[in-house]
Formats: sequence, C-alpha cells, structure tokens
Amino acid sequence: MYKVYENKQISPDSYLMEIEAPLSVKKALPGQFVIVMAKEDSERIPLTIYDYNSKDGILKVIYQVIGASTEELTYVKKELFSVAGPLGNANEICANPDKFMNKRICYVAGGVGIAPVYPQVKFLHRRGLKIDVIYGSRQANMLLIRDKIERVCNKIYYATDDGSFGTHGFVTDILEKNIHHYDIVVAIGPIPMMKAVAEVTKKYNKKCIVSMNPLMVDGSGMCGACRCEIEGKPKFACVDGPEFDGHKVNFDLAMKRMKIYKEEEAIKWEEMKKRLAKEKK
Amino acid sequence: MEKNEKAKMRTQDPKVRAKNFKEVELGFTRTQALKEANRCLHCAVPKCVEGCPVNIAIPDFIEQIKLGNIEKAYEIISDSSSLAAICGRVCPQEKQCESKCVRGLKGEAIAIGSLERYVADEAIKNGFESLKKKRRNGKKVAIVGAGPSGLTCAGDLIKEGFEVTIYEVLHQAGGVLVYGIPEFRLPKDIVKKQVESLEKLGVKINLNVPIGNALTIDDLKKEYDAIYLGTGAGLPKFMGIEGENAQGVFSANEILTRINLMKAYKPDSKTPIKLGKRAYVIGGGNVAMDAVRSLRRLGVDAHILYRRSLDELPARKAEVNHAQEEGVKFNLLTNPVKILVDENNNVTGMEVVDMVLGEPGEDGRRSVTEKPGSNHVVDCDMVVMALGTGPNHAALKDSKVELSDRGLIVVNGTKTSDKKIFAGGDAVTGAATVILAMEAGKNAAKEIIESLS
Repeated sequence: MYKVYENKQISPDSYLMEIEAPLSVKKALPGQFVIVMAKEDSERIPLTIYDYNSKDGILKVIYQVIGASTEELTYVKKELFSVAGPLGNANEICANPDKFMNKRICYVAGGVGIAPVYPQVKFLHRRGLKIDVIYGSRQANMLLIRDKIERVCNKIYYATDDGSFGTHGFVTDILEKNIHHYDIVVAIGPIPMMKAVAEVTKKYNKKCIVSMNPLMVDGSGMCGACRCEIEGKPKFACVDGPEFDGHKVNFDLAMKRMKIYKEEEAIKWEEMKKRLAKEKK
Repeated sequence: MEKNEKAKMRTQDPKVRAKNFKEVELGFTRTQALKEANRCLHCAVPKCVEGCPVNIAIPDFIEQIKLGNIEKAYEIISDSSSLAAICGRVCPQEKQCESKCVRGLKGEAIAIGSLERYVADEAIKNGFESLKKKRRNGKKVAIVGAGPSGLTCAGDLIKEGFEVTIYEVLHQAGGVLVYGIPEFRLPKDIVKKQVESLEKLGVKINLNVPIGNALTIDDLKKEYDAIYLGTGAGLPKFMGIEGENAQGVFSANEILTRINLMKAYKPDSKTPIKLGKRAYVIGGGNVAMDAVRSLRRLGVDAHILYRRSLDELPARKAEVNHAQEEGVKFNLLTNPVKILVDENNNVTGMEVVDMVLGEPGEDGRRSVTEKPGSNHVVDCDMVVMALGTGPNHAALKDSKVELSDRGLIVVNGTKTSDKKIFAGGDAVTGAATVILAMEAGKNAAKEIIESLS
C-alpha cells in the first residue's frame, strides 16, 4: 500500500494527487511515468510524473477524469494499492542537458499535458536553460498550475479554444508565429495537437519531440497494447518511448488505436459510477 | 485396469468447461494415485530422472505414494523443486520424464506429472512444509523477476541460508504463471500458495519495482553479494504484415494479461477486454492454446491458424486435445498474408495462404513453403498474434552485461560477463518453457552458492 497525502480537484475535470512512493521517485527523471492501481482489483493506469521530491519520497501526479478508473481514483483517500515506477525513458533533453545548452527550446502543452511538461521545464531551468512554453486548453478554468509553470519558464503564451484566456485559437497559431526563435519543439498533449505541432515543425524543418500516451496494460514491455507506428515499424511507448521523433509518428493510427476499447470503457464507466455510489452509502 | 494404460485424470465436461474458467483437470483421487503409483517398476537405473530438467527422484517419491506416505513423497520432490504444484500442471511431461519411462515401450508411460500434482495438492491441503532451511550465512542475493526461474532460484538459496530479495515490476509475483497461463490450467490460488510458502521461509518480494529505472543493476551490485537475472522474454513479436496495427489485432500477451492478471474474464472486472465474434489466433505453441481456449470460454468462435500440421504443433499435447474437445477449430498448414480492415481500421478479415510441408531441416523441424496461387480470404474481426516473445532488457539499462546478436544474455553455465551477475530462463534462451526456466534458476542457485562459499 502507498500512502496518499492529498487528492484534490484542481479544475472541472482534473485532480492532483500526492503519494508516498520513495522507489518511484528516487531516480525519476522528467518524462518518465508511473502505473497506479487504486485497489487490488483496479485497472492499471499510466500517469506521467508531474512533480517529485526524491528526499522525502513524494510523488505528485495530475490526472484527468476520462473513464471508470480515473473516476475511481478520485475516491481514493488514504492509500493506493500499487504504484510502479519510474517507467519509460527520460526526456531526451533532460537526460543530457549539457548537450542542449545552446539550443533554443519551446515546449507546447495541451490540457493536462502541462503536467509532464512542468517537471521538464523546471529541471532545465535549474540547469540554466531558458525555456519558452506555449500552453493551450479548451477554456480558462482548464489551464492548470499556471503559477508553477510561470515560475520556471522564460516566456509563456496561452491559448484557449473559446478565447476566455490568452490567444483565441490554437497553440500551433502561436507556435507558427514564433517558430523562427526555436531549434527544438517538445509537444505533449492530445494527439491532434501533437500531430499539428509535428506538421508545423516539419514545415520549418525544426526538430520535434512528442510524448505518446496510448492505451497500456503492464507498462513494462509485455503486452504490446501501447504500440505506436514509428517510421512504419511498431514501437512500444512503455519501453521504447514514451517520447518519439514527432516527424516519424503515425498520429492517425494512434488516434484510432485510442478508441479500441471505447464501447467497453463506456460500459465500465457506468458500472463504476453505480459501484462508487453504492460504496459511498 | 490394464497395466499398460495410465490412469485417466478426471476432467470437467468439455461442454461445461468451454464456458467457465475453472480448472479443466481435476487431479487424481487417492485410489487413482495409488493404482498409478503401483504401475511404477522402480527401475534400478531410472531413465525418467534423466528426463526431468530438475532431476526429481521420481521413483522414490512414487514409492512413498505406494506406501501411503504422501508427506515423505512431498519432501522428496521438494528436494529438487520448490514449485511442485505448478510443475505437475504445466510441464510438458510427455517430452520429458514420461518420454523416458520404460512402461512407455509397451504401453503408456507412468503419469508422473499427474502423480507429482497429486502429491503437491495434498501438501497444500494438509499444510506439509518440507522445505528445510539452514542457518543464515550472512550473504545477500537479489533476484530480478518473480517468474518461475527467479522463484526457483530463491527457494534453493533461502534453504541454504542466503538472504534473498526478489524485485518484480508487476503488482503480483509469479511472472508468466500469473499473467500468462490461464486460471483453467493453473489456478492462481496455487501460484499464490507456492509464493507464500517461499515468503514463509524468509524470501522478501518487492513488487512494483522496475529494475533499470527505480534501481539499476549497479545499485543492486553495491547492496548484494550476487544478482540473478530472471527477467524472461516478455516482448511480444509481430509478423510485420499489413494491417497488423488495426483495431482488433492483439498480442496473445495482451489478451492473456487482461484475462489472467487483470481478471477481465469476470463480468465485474474493472479492466475491459475487446472480443470479436470470430478470432484467429496465429501460432501453435502453449501461449496460442492458452489464448484460443480463453477466447472460446468468452464465447468467441475461436480458431488456431498454424503454418505446419498437427504433428508439428509445439504446444503440450494435452492442451491441444483439450482445445479440440472444447470446440476450438484448427486451421493447419495456413499462414497469414495480410489483415484486411475497413475505413475505420477495424479488422474485417484476413488473407491467408496454404502451406506445404517439406523435409526436416537442421533443427529436425519440417520446413514449410507457400503453395503458389492458394491465397484466399477468411472472415474474422479479431486476430491474436502468438508468435513467441523476445527478450526485454529494460532491467539492464546502464549495465554492462554482455548480450548476443539476438539480444539474449550471454552466459557460461549461468555466469554472465560480470562475475557478480548470473542469468537464466527465457532471458538467456529466448522464449521456452516454465520448467526450463526453473532448471536455470536451480543451476544458478548452485553456481551462486559455489561462487560465494
């Protein structure tokens, strides 16, 4: 069992959870993820690491409620059944920051994608790199951890779909306007956003790194559910990624593969709501 | 009963069991076990022992069954194996101990596997504890991976007085025994009890720890006197054919992990599974049989598609028979060419080609070639790839352990290029069987004991 210190709602559909998981954070690097289970019979859920403190063994994750299992997570009060991590590979830049000292780097985040972006920008900021961030979401109250990200980045641009905050439009509009300031763009967020960023960077011949978040079961290279098509070949996001060269990813396939369990998941979500309501009584 | 025939184990009726996940084979009764044991000739030079990868003193434990002393029989098995209840169920006995049995020359071999299972099940039922333990010797060993190889190694080392810690990335110990082999073939309670018996002896199991990331092999080297890598070969292979990433194409590992580890066969499971109406499982090994029989139980029209013929199926014979009884259809001498999809990338069928058997190759297996012009389409909405698995070296990140061209760990015996590190099982051999992984775990324990004394 893993002790939970905090599990609070931070936007209409997102939560912040603080967990005691010393082994998952001791050697964690930005870009890696963990797999958590609420209870012994729960689904395994992959979540990217948002923040961590290796001294006190505290792991922080931000999750969006998108189905049965994340709904179940919101009900967790004292402890989680399991936390396995860190899994996957570290962000390419964070793994070797000295190599990128003279590069101009921009991070593009969409929605809860800001959660994995934050530790990378913070990590690089502490090593003297100046990172710009473009952050977009549907509406103003879905922009998360603004105070935190603003403290560690150089410049920040906001975009909302409804214009309730920052630029009215997409992150890629801002990116394209400023693309000449950058050598490398890292994009983390919904697949259509990452696809759009990959297209813009390709047009201007800029390096593009994306972080894939496909369906996953074990997260250790065993089931192949998370396979992505990279340059026509299957790669596993859990052990080969989660980061890939944005210009090589088959995003259309990734989008379709996200929907494999759509019907089954909808049924499970309804079941879960009933089960949780019952347990609450 | 004829002396030349082995006692038949009771099984669940095929029609009934094709709809449930309860164990298929029900085990010997006391009378059956006694009768079967009495068929054993107790040969002066027992060939069966040679056929057993871990050299269980087979005639000796069978002798104890004859005498009605099951506890003693269990003790004898336990001298060589810490996981008897598992081996009795999943070993390919017909290729090992039973293939050497003298009785087999004129009739049927002794049902050694069934007798082993009988003894082990009795031991669990009656709480026999035959694993003896020596005094702690102050030496510490880390084992990476709680699969059959690691568990066996742990059992042998703890008995010799070592302090043993196992690191496992999943939330349960057992490796392929919990994520791969289905409940109807190996009840998870049995695995749990065998793991608990190791824990009772003092084996520490740290779950949810991805070695390579959470701790590296170098970290372990600082803390432990020796390390055993039993990391297995978990990475599923794909064919590289068109349509393989469509919705409806899965690795057998994904199907089995959802069903076994995550219990997706239960209607109230929180982990979903996506089932087709008609599924083709590609492959002919034990994993293919496990996947196809699981799908059959979930109401899918389940087919095996295998490029060779029935005689060449690598799966355990009993599993093939059981699959046939349960209504699994076998499409032999056929190979996939490409998977057909609709505009939403859902599987709608599969183009296949007939195969022709040729002469046996160097490895003794008959070659196969495509029959020109025999391409045709089969209807299906689900395809499961059970083509074997490759090594997964996430645990070896930043370590200098030597790997072969095929990505397998290079060993001499079980010694790797680093004298503190030992390795065995599928990580060394590529995908093989549970018992071979156990044999390697056993040999590694021997070599670790030698190297640390």
